[in-house]
Amino acid sequence: MNRIVKKEQWSPEVFSMDIECPLVARQHKAGQFIILQLGGDFNERIPLTVADKDVEKGTITIVFQTVGATTHLLARKNVGDDIPNILGPLGHPTDIEKFGKVVCVGGGIGVAPLYPIAQAMKAAGNDVKIIIGARTKNLVIMEDKMRSIDPDLTIVTDDGSYGRKALVTVPLKEFCENWHPDEAVAIGPPVMMKFCALTTQPFGVKTVVSLNTIMIDGTGMCGGCRVSIGGQTKFVCVDGPEFDGHQVDWNNMLSRLGTFKPQEAEEHHRCHLDLGIPEGKA
Amino acid sequence: MKSAKELDEIAAKLRKNSYTPKERMAIPLQEMPVQAPEVRIHNMDEVALGFSENQAIVEASRCLGCKNHPCVEGCPVRIDIPGFVSHVASGDMKGAYSVISQSSLLPAICGRVCPQENQCQKFCTVGKMHKDIEQSVGIGRLERYVADAMSAQGYEIIPEVAAATGKKVAVVGSGPASIAAAADLRKAGHEVFMFEALHKGGGVLVYGIPEFRLPKKIVASEIGKLEKMGVHIQTNFLVGRTMTLDALMKEEGFDAVFVGSGAGLPKLLGVPGENLVGVFSANEYLTRSNLMHSYDPDHALTPAIKSEKVAVFGGGNVAMDAARTALRLGASEVTIVYRRSENELPARHEEVGHAKEEGVHFLFLHAPVEVQGDDKGRVTGVVLQTCVLGEPDASGRRSPVPVEGSEKFYQFDTVIAAIGNGSNPLIKMTTPQIETNRRGNFIVNEETLETSIPGVFAGGDIVLGAATVILAMGQGRQAAKAMNEYLSGK
Ligand SMILES: Cc1cc2nc3c(=O)[nH]c(=O)nc-3n(C[C@H](O)[C@H](O)[C@H](O)COP(=O)(O)OP(=O)(O)OC[C@H]3O[C@@H](n4cnc5c(N)ncnc54)[C@H](O)[C@@H]3O)c2cc1C
Ligand code: FES
Repeated sequence: MNRIVKKEQWSPEVFSMDIECPLVARQHKAGQFIILQLGGDFNERIPLTVADKDVEKGTITIVFQTVGATTHLLARKNVGDDIPNILGPLGHPTDIEKFGKVVCVGGGIGVAPLYPIAQAMKAAGNDVKIIIGARTKNLVIMEDKMRSIDPDLTIVTDDGSYGRKALVTVPLKEFCENWHPDEAVAIGPPVMMKFCALTTQPFGVKTVVSLNTIMIDGTGMCGGCRVSIGGQTKFVCVDGPEFDGHQVDWNNMLSRLGTFKPQEAEEHHRCHLDLGIPEGKA
Repeated sequence: MKSAKELDEIAAKLRKNSYTPKERMAIPLQEMPVQAPEVRIHNMDEVALGFSENQAIVEASRCLGCKNHPCVEGCPVRIDIPGFVSHVASGDMKGAYSVISQSSLLPAICGRVCPQENQCQKFCTVGKMHKDIEQSVGIGRLERYVADAMSAQGYEIIPEVAAATGKKVAVVGSGPASIAAAADLRKAGHEVFMFEALHKGGGVLVYGIPEFRLPKKIVASEIGKLEKMGVHIQTNFLVGRTMTLDALMKEEGFDAVFVGSGAGLPKLLGVPGENLVGVFSANEYLTRSNLMHSYDPDHALTPAIKSEKVAVFGGGNVAMDAARTALRLGASEVTIVYRRSENELPARHEEVGHAKEEGVHFLFLHAPVEVQGDDKGRVTGVVLQTCVLGEPDASGRRSPVPVEGSEKFYQFDTVIAAIGNGSNPLIKMTTPQIETNRRGNFIVNEETLETSIPGVFAGGDIVLGAATVILAMGQGRQAAKAMNEYLSGK
């Protein structure tokens, strides 16, 4: 079950894995995610977006950055290893329609889940422009795949080590001013999605964001993933993960993401020692 | 409590069956041995330790074996209570176990979590004669004793499976309704696949009810029994997403489906501030601790919630469990806030008693108006309003009426909503043709528990709304019976 059939390291912190998961591969549509747990009583359940799939081979591709204990442990798994628990595909698929002009913005690891969406948008007959951003050059991922969808792909880095030295919101604003997109899709760190939504709002460009909240079950049972959307409480795992970025209560969402920050700082110190994970990574 | 020697004497006399009814009425009620409150709030181990054999025999001997046995009527699955109790009284635990097994599949669980004071023990003649329901025969405790004694001896009845029928049945969920349905369907010789969304089977029994009330190894052994019977258990399978109900029947060739998907949709407080950091549904709070083992921070990766002052809203078992878990996770002060008065508390009496002994505070006749937070979005406290009891509502309980102008701020750093669960909408969302009521519960034929889709049956909390383990188990069996008939005609 859930055997790793391919593993690539794209940067010191970013890995891609193809995992045999035929049922998920068969059902998965762009925008959906899985919950993964590494077995036993003590491992946590974490959501990861599915970046690609191969229905024939029955595999799904996940791309992850080593940010917490589970992603660090996952990075140590190799081809041939099994992942004990994978649940999915979860959440609603992206609403793919012919909107006209669609600008897709991916930040950091968010570029991975953006890829199948951009692909589907293109296949639906949309004119697609893509912006991808990263902290620095070696964190830029999936450039070739993205370029195959948008030959004019815009790349930005925070430090200017590759592409333009800018935040993704700069080219996004330019597109809004000059290209007049009908729809925007932004996936990346929450703060990036918040500012993308703020950037497009004055132009009235509907902006879909994919929220990556804290989750446990992923089935709507716990409510831990909830966010406030246009004043209403929604569960990201069942009602989402995609929402209208202009309706999201970003401050509440960002503070909820930080629920365990104070204690995690202390506990991850311990967990690094236990797992032998380098200090300051999780 | 009597000394061991005295118990020996009573037990010896009882074995000779030489007590008159009057003498029986004088046999002292056996108290359940428990971990002392000041000890148990520092561990997750079971609170109630279980009877000794002598205690069980003595307690069982309090039963008068009355002719009309009203206790049986009070039992949702009609266990032959006087029958099993008389076996216990004569020291024949195997005999007792086999009597219980005719009606209940989960005695070790029901003996621990059933609200006996509203069921069998409510009607017990002994309790009536003492004019005190607390004096009723401890039927639940005896049930538990019998189940535990059997498993301690390694005695396990794995029901026999009939010859293969060639029929394939899906059971959705792995809570008590599904466990019961799967067992009875498998017994009839069908091939049974159980699909559970979580990574571990047991439903609320594993993620909701805490270890200190229901040790998880008991649940694991019930799931293990199903496996030994040849039920295929597939975890990490969310019906509706991994595969729809329709696809199960049309593409995968399942001849019938039982849906026991439970009441897994937490109700939130419904007041401003319900999403502040530090506000949790009881489901989340308990799942972190139980399923994810965050109470063991040296091992678990899922963080537990650290709190000082905790408010738990609600008055049912879920509220008691959340409050008592909070104490064990290290909270210094835990308050249960309930809209009605103590008389209306829906939780089991025993749990309320245990919570009080452990130092949980109760604030009755108060309801939340607003959760307040600081500039970082973290909870600082709750504005509460006092209530008075008005006319009885649909549930027959007097409904709380808020008193205008009574608002007052109370400081808390953690707020837990334990005010009920709705039904999980996922199956309905992905199989719209299934008929549900206003609350999202599946509408079923009362007798067969068949839903509006032929061949799809349902039971447990998805039909009843958040109810009880025993009712869920009962419906699982009821549906399995109808399904077995349905399948034999197919
Ligand atoms: C904290 C708490 C304490 C309680 N205490 C008591 C008590 O003391 N006594 C008592 O009698 N009752 C108690 N109850 C109520 C009792 O637990 C429930 O009534 C009972 O568990 C319902 O059983 P069920 O089989 O219908 O569903 P559940 O136990 O809810 O199980 C449903 C299962 O189905 C799974 N599922 C849901 N949807 C899908 C899907 N689409 N695909 C696959 N799987 C799915 C869920 O993950 C879950 O595991 C308590 C409940 C809670 C939450
Ligand atoms: S993760 Fe539990 S409800 Fe969404």
